[in-house]
Amino acid sequence: MELYKIEELLEKYFAAETNLQEENLLKEFFSKEDVPIYLEKYKSLFNYFTNSNLDNSNETVTLPKNNYRSRWLSIAAMLIFTISIFTFYQKNEREKKDARLAFEQTQKALDLIAFSLNKGNNAIAQLETFETTQNRIFNK
Amino acid sequence: MNQTEFLDKVLPFKDKVYRLAKRLLVSSDEAEDATQELYLKLWKNKSKIEGYRNVEAFAMTMTKNYCLDQLKSKRASNLSLVHSNYTDGNNSLQKEIEIKDSTNIIKEMINNLPEKQKIIIQLRDIENYEFKEIEKIMEMEPTAIRVTLSRARKTIREQFIKKQNYGIV
Repeated sequence: MELYKIEELLEKYFAAETNLQEENLLKEFFSKEDVPIYLEKYKSLFNYFTNSNLDNSNETVTLPKNNYRSRWLSIAAMLIFTISIFTFYQKNEREKKDARLAFEQTQKALDLIAFSLNKGNNAIAQLETFETTQNRIFNK
Repeated sequence: MNQTEFLDKVLPFKDKVYRLAKRLLVSSDEAEDATQELYLKLWKNKSKIEGYRNVEAFAMTMTKNYCLDQLKSKRASNLSLVHSNYTDGNNSLQKEIEIKDSTNIIKEMINNLPEKQKIIIQLRDIENYEFKEIEKIMEMEPTAIRVTLSRARKTIREQFIKKQNYGIV
């Protein structure tokens, strides 16, 4: 392309009046080796624009997993939680009941023993009176 | 819309999103994060996307707004560092060395432009968007876009020529 046209395009370019096609012409022109010296100062500028297109992102985009699954997961977690609390509570109640029953039974047994012991005590008391009377008779 | 349909629709312009984010946020790590964040946002708005004819422009607008917000909050959180963000001729040695490379000079120049100019240069000269699309992305009037773009290009040209005349290149 003729140089005067390039100069014209450059003027338009700096006035922001070029269209994309014309800008591509400029980029193409400055990407070549044989740029005249007085225009060489623009070379690195246009080459920078062309090459900056190559800088790409290296990381892959990660999106949150499907919403439905996480919702069901949270519902399931809630269910498990409430069920376990409920069973724990129930188990606790049953243990308390068992303990009370055992306590009552022991108490009954102890009562029985006490009653029998008292019976024996009465007999011993009778024996004592018998002995004292006997002593009185024999020692006289 | 399921995930594969969604990805088919939005992945083609992922690199453009990334490059715009990188232009604004500078570091490539932050740009990757922003890209990821933007795709999550798009996914959440997928019901809206179905109604849009131009999903790409919508996504680019979101990228632009997201990155500008990021920058704003960053600036608010480290006000004391504001000065080190500007290149005012007293560059540190390391920066001086970096700048020696002409690609980096141009990158620096674009990065030093005001945000609007930076974004428009990115969209037009690097991503080759039509003016109509840029209007949509930037939510600006056509003439305002041309003025901003012209200003940006001329600033780069001036600085570039100045640097070359001083023989820093």
